[in-house]
Amino acid sequence: MAEAKTPSKGRGGRSTTRSGAGSSSRTSRKTAANKTRSAAAKAEKPATETAEKSAFDPIVFSKDEDLKAYREMLLVRRFEEKAGQLYGMGLIGGFCHLYIGQEAVVVGVQLSLKEGDQVTTTYRDHGHMLATGMEPRGVMAELTGRRSGYSHGKGGSMHMFSREKNFFGGHGIVGASVPIGTGLAFANRYRENDCVSVTYFGDGAANQGQVYESFNMAKLWHLPVIYVIENNQYGMGTSVARASATTELCKRGQSFDIPGHQVDGMDVRAVKAAADFATEHARSGKGPMILEMLTYRYRGHSMSDPAKYRSKEEVQKMRTEHDAIEQVKQRLLSDHKLSEDEVKEIDKEIRSVVNDAAEFAQNDPEPDPSELWTDIYVEA
Amino acid sequence: MPTEILMPALSPTMEEGKLAKWTVKEGDEVAAGDVIAEIETDKATMEVEAVDEGTIGKILVGEGTDAVKVNTPIALLLTEGEDEGDLKKAESAKTEKTKSNGAAHPEADERPKAEPTAKSLEPDTEKLGKADGPVSVLVAMDKAEPPEDPEVPEGTEFEEQTVREALRDAMAEEMRRDGDVLVMGEEVAEYQGAYKVTQGLLEEFSARRVIDTPITEHGFAGLGVGAAFAGLKPIVEFMTFNFAMQAMDQIINSAAKTLYMAGGQMGCPIVFRGPNGAAARVAAQHSQDYAGWYSHVPGLKVIQPHTAADAKGLLKAAIRDPNPVIFLENEILYGQSFPVPKLDDFVLPIGKAKIARKGSDATIVSFGIGMTHALKAAEALAEEGIDCEVIDLRTLRPMDIDSVIASVKKTGRCVTVEEGWPQNSVGSWIASQLMVKAFDYLDAPVLSVTGKDVPMPYAANLEKLALPNPTEVVEAVKTVSYAK
Repeated sequence: MAEAKTPSKGRGGRSTTRSGAGSSSRTSRKTAANKTRSAAAKAEKPATETAEKSAFDPIVFSKDEDLKAYREMLLVRRFEEKAGQLYGMGLIGGFCHLYIGQEAVVVGVQLSLKEGDQVTTTYRDHGHMLATGMEPRGVMAELTGRRSGYSHGKGGSMHMFSREKNFFGGHGIVGASVPIGTGLAFANRYRENDCVSVTYFGDGAANQGQVYESFNMAKLWHLPVIYVIENNQYGMGTSVARASATTELCKRGQSFDIPGHQVDGMDVRAVKAAADFATEHARSGKGPMILEMLTYRYRGHSMSDPAKYRSKEEVQKMRTEHDAIEQVKQRLLSDHKLSEDEVKEIDKEIRSVVNDAAEFAQNDPEPDPSELWTDIYVEA
Repeated sequence: MPTEILMPALSPTMEEGKLAKWTVKEGDEVAAGDVIAEIETDKATMEVEAVDEGTIGKILVGEGTDAVKVNTPIALLLTEGEDEGDLKKAESAKTEKTKSNGAAHPEADERPKAEPTAKSLEPDTEKLGKADGPVSVLVAMDKAEPPEDPEVPEGTEFEEQTVREALRDAMAEEMRRDGDVLVMGEEVAEYQGAYKVTQGLLEEFSARRVIDTPITEHGFAGLGVGAAFAGLKPIVEFMTFNFAMQAMDQIINSAAKTLYMAGGQMGCPIVFRGPNGAAARVAAQHSQDYAGWYSHVPGLKVIQPHTAADAKGLLKAAIRDPNPVIFLENEILYGQSFPVPKLDDFVLPIGKAKIARKGSDATIVSFGIGMTHALKAAEALAEEGIDCEVIDLRTLRPMDIDSVIASVKKTGRCVTVEEGWPQNSVGSWIASQLMVKAFDYLDAPVLSVTGKDVPMPYAANLEKLALPNPTEVVEAVKTVSYAK
């Protein structure tokens, strides 16, 4: 079938175009940072303002950090493109929600987590799993419904877990992962460890009742939880403004006195800085924090969404001017003096990891029929 | 070989679509993510993006073509180092393939097809009457027979305890035994429990382990599930199970299903407990019996005890069980006293029914407060010369249907008793199981005595009419005994 080949010559020209757009993306980043600052200033008490401002100053990434971010984000993107392709071939069934465009959010946050920290999210979860270190083969094989998938083919795209990597799902019900992530934080506090629970959800879920029930308990009990709202601007086909009475989602914790910050979710460095700040806050016993990541999904809500609710120009503008991966790539080339060939080598490596996962996921057998009847109860 | 670009499936159900438009032409360079074509399905027009970079070598299906089957090659993509020569090679290879396989894409034919169902609908006389009929098979929870109740050693003292005290003792004993066990719910701590079931626990175990929650069932049930995923063993008290409807999504979608969806990785050792069913004069929104609802769900265990001893032994078992357990109590029973063995660690097996009264003429099956009606009816019937066997199911999932069948094989008649509504009730499941597994032993149809098929009314007389009572059970037993 459609075997992906090594990167072609076509790439160079396009990169140049994008590098031209890179400067405008820096400008807009600044604007976003300014915006977040003013939002924070309004939301926060003056005493803490100085400390919180630091979360938004873009931190400088070392070459190693940029390389790591590049690899991880590229892995998510190539993986998702491949998943889209396999879906098109009928090898992945059901619903399939791709993370393309939002890579900087999960990769940036993950860079500031430590062993033992827990992650939960909704059904747009492939990126989170790869970022927590789950195997591309196991994730892809779950997407194709095969026996070596993380859930032995019984969960699918929206329901995957890894105890080993502290990834607690992968939840299909909008908003449902929020109390669960809060409960993981409750367990951390109960055990008096210093782990934090990172609970991702979208702008759509931000209007769910159980989210506010969770905010209340999290603040009441000072639970070490970071609520990362991935505001990709559309809950399925409805824009935030059409669904939300107030659109600055970082302020949704105000009535519980939960500090919240808006972050440029297309800049992995800003995400990392904000996550550093929030994890420190939560670890030191100060309780929950909300990070609203302004991000964008390039694809439809799911594979079957033609995305007619937004213009092509809007999508194209984000892709060419704000793409998270291109930003890092430009830094690798200009700041860290990597050659085009060195970057291509990384691309090639990532492609081969993804192709291997896809190959594996197509050839792995379906679950044994006896799997139908297992894992319903833990044997006492 | 050039890469084939295939007609993609754009929804879970799409089989074919119209290739409405090509936005690229042969010779164009494309990168991953570039729109190359538009496809119309019955639902929408979708854009097809290139998933690889390269040059469009050949367009195989022209624009405007209708009913292009999913997975048909629609174009060939030349990747690095390939040229038109490769296209020709691909063309001849395809012809070869078509010749030898009869189809360019044999894998499309390998997709599972629906088997004709007529065969499986034919009755299998061999299997009828065997333990698992062809109709409905439940998941086997325990491979072996459910264990018997532990022997209470001779000379063991019994003490009269209310159900309320027995439940509290069960929780306290398990909390002493295991530091991961905690209680949370509305008014469980400082108020000492809305129905005083958690009385004294705060004092002994502190606010760290006995936790008053806000009045937000959906939120705290979900929080409990998350804590259980992390390995804690929460006991979540609902002030009544009527309020647990707010938490139903977390109970079913998160607690019950996650182990399966996670391929066995994510157990949820949690107990949801609280009063269930009608109390007195609290009307429709506070009086529902959820036995049928919860016992419907694979992944949950469901217990509904009657006596104080069963409440204690089964709650201890529920707390130790690594699965989510629904523990349905009853406000009226809280104050009733029963003998409870004075043992250090009295634990009963989940999934085992109990013969509450031995008899030979008819079987009455019930659970929870229904047992009150069943036992009273059995006494009244005994005076009229009908000797009933009364079975207390105690656990509704996994249900000990074998004990019911064994009894019915002896008596030939069966009446079920519960407070819940009739349609899809616990009794209707028992009736269907008896029809499949004990058909030849039945001397009369199985009758179910249930709550009436109405929301619970407030007026005292109407409420009484809505609930089952011993007289109705007596009537039902007489009907199946043809004793009228």
